[in-house]
Amino acid sequence: MAIFLTADSRIIVQGITGSEGRKHGARMIAARSAVVGGTNPRKAGQAVELAGQQVPVFGTVAEAMAQTGADTSVVFVPESGTKTAVIEAIDAAIPLVIVITEGVPVHDTAEFWAYACATGNRTRIVGPNCPGVASPGKSNAGIIPADITSEGRIGLVSKSGTLTYQMMYELRDIGFSTAVGIGGDPIIGTTHIDCLRAFEDDPETDAIVMIGEIGGDAEERAAAFIERSISKPVVAYVAGFTAPEGKTMGHAGAIISGSAGTAQAKKEALEKVGVRVGRTPSETARIVRDVMRG
Amino acid sequence: MDLFEYQAKELFAEYGVLIQRGRVASTAAEAESIAAEFAASGKPQVVIKAQVKTGGRGKAGGVKLAGSPAEARAKAEAILGMDIKGHTVHSVLVAEDIDIAEEYYLSFLIDRAERTFLAMCSVEGGVEIEEVARTKPEALARIPVDPLTGVDGVTALQIVRAGGLPEYAQAGAAELAERLWAVFTDEDATLAEVNPLVYTGDGRVLALDAKVTLDDNAAFRQDWAAFTDTTAVDPLEARARAKHLNYVKLDGAVGIIGNGAGLVMSTLDVVAYAGEDFGGVRPANFLDIGGGASAEVMANGLDIVLSDPDVRSVLVNVFGGITACDAVANGIVSAMALLAERGDQVTHPIVVRLDGNKAAEGRAILDEAALPVVQQVATMDNAARRAAELAAAAANGV
Repeated sequence: MAIFLTADSRIIVQGITGSEGRKHGARMIAARSAVVGGTNPRKAGQAVELAGQQVPVFGTVAEAMAQTGADTSVVFVPESGTKTAVIEAIDAAIPLVIVITEGVPVHDTAEFWAYACATGNRTRIVGPNCPGVASPGKSNAGIIPADITSEGRIGLVSKSGTLTYQMMYELRDIGFSTAVGIGGDPIIGTTHIDCLRAFEDDPETDAIVMIGEIGGDAEERAAAFIERSISKPVVAYVAGFTAPEGKTMGHAGAIISGSAGTAQAKKEALEKVGVRVGRTPSETARIVRDVMRG
Repeated sequence: MDLFEYQAKELFAEYGVLIQRGRVASTAAEAESIAAEFAASGKPQVVIKAQVKTGGRGKAGGVKLAGSPAEARAKAEAILGMDIKGHTVHSVLVAEDIDIAEEYYLSFLIDRAERTFLAMCSVEGGVEIEEVARTKPEALARIPVDPLTGVDGVTALQIVRAGGLPEYAQAGAAELAERLWAVFTDEDATLAEVNPLVYTGDGRVLALDAKVTLDDNAAFRQDWAAFTDTTAVDPLEARARAKHLNYVKLDGAVGIIGNGAGLVMSTLDVVAYAGEDFGGVRPANFLDIGGGASAEVMANGLDIVLSDPDVRSVLVNVFGGITACDAVANGIVSAMALLAERGDQVTHPIVVRLDGNKAAEGRAILDEAALPVVQQVATMDNAARRAAELAAAAANGV
């Protein structure tokens, strides 16, 4: 079953004619995802050839949905147009929109998130600035490499792209039900908590790996949620123990302000509710192995 | 990007936010002449305020009253060059002295948890707001602001009333709040804070201090050239920025290059843990070469990291997702050639760990090149350990 993205997912790419859209559209098709179309208002009616497949280009998300039955959109449009693209997807009431674009102004994200809420939350938003969602063996929507891991029963939710890949690779022999890259921006659509809840309800997921990093208090809030609502084992990793205060570490959201947002505080909050926290990615992988062995 | 108080106040003034008037000076002589202008307009009393991007400058002696231009010069002299929490004072704001009757607090910021904007307002101003939040939480109003509707005259009034501001200050404070909201949205700020917001003896409400943080992601649609702070930027960070590299200088001896913010942060941690066994060796920097990094990006990255005189060894930790490891390996090889051409002999050991996309090809390229300073190690943990060990050995002159 996996979460959010399944073998039945029908994917369109917003910004399919751009270089990122083409490159990753082709990779998704190569990973046997059902990429059924794309959008570019200026190139409606044309088609792009991706990985040997003719993919139709539509003017709008609504039109693409009507013609193809798409239920998932992956957004690659540049940061200046991201807000408009996401709002278009929300207006079309597509069930899932995955925003890969990085460098989106936080005011724009706040606006499209508010818009999604104001219109009844018909669209799940993942991202922005995220690697996407991968359900190995079923479907891959975004830029997560499809060949680094296998299908299995670990669920993974992470703020970081490359740490996601590292973890999927370390545990490639056990495999994953779904990996969700939620992105490292200060405001994101789908949160750790949303993914934890979905993994808890997913019969194909036995254990959950949660990867966090400095900044904000998402991990602390996830800890409180785990205590209340999660019965499956959760293993966590937090990056940024050595990060200095007040410096943004790559991700716009990765900044320590005063005593808030430190890796230590996040680790302590998670351990307090029984989550085992690895000191390094490899130690985290070892703990997951223990857990999966029972 | 954080602004200095004087820059934030310039922005405020553009939007009609009432401020304490003043001008910035980078020498004591300038401070004196600004004070002389205030004196000529009948305001001999001025405040000299250190311009640093950190709090607590008052306690540190960075804010002084001066009764005459000569005194302004002397006070500026004393404040310029001061070190406040690691920030050197390069300029002072010479501002009119305000007859303060009461001090309040007002800000707009991002509420990450609720994924929206937040107004905070309190009748308790002039102290650290974290202190108010802890000791008198009921005195700090937190009002969510809908990004779609924003703040108009009505919501502005609700905000200052919720903060408990007295009736006589509400109209002035609400007008200021409405304009501050325009600063916050139109300038793509993630924080616009007035602490204290003051009620003056003559019944005005104005911003005595100003703090603004701008969203770097919005730089493409804003003109922020005037805010570039050349004094505070580490020279290596400036060079890295010019090459569009995401680099943060730290204080250790192991230079770090990796791809992806999370993996690089994690690499810093793993190096620091490994370094505990080697006399506390620590990472020298954060450098994320990003997704899909080319050979040229890798070469630029190595150049920056090796220019840091504190670096004793370098760790290149790449997990190829989109980034292809063969490109990374080619980058290392061409960086070595480039540096040798320039006459910079690379003597520091470079430990490389490649995994993921095209890892086998990348490793083969490095084997083939047989660069004397490059060593390949198979896992992230072992590579970090090796880099820490080599840095410690170099520092001990082994």
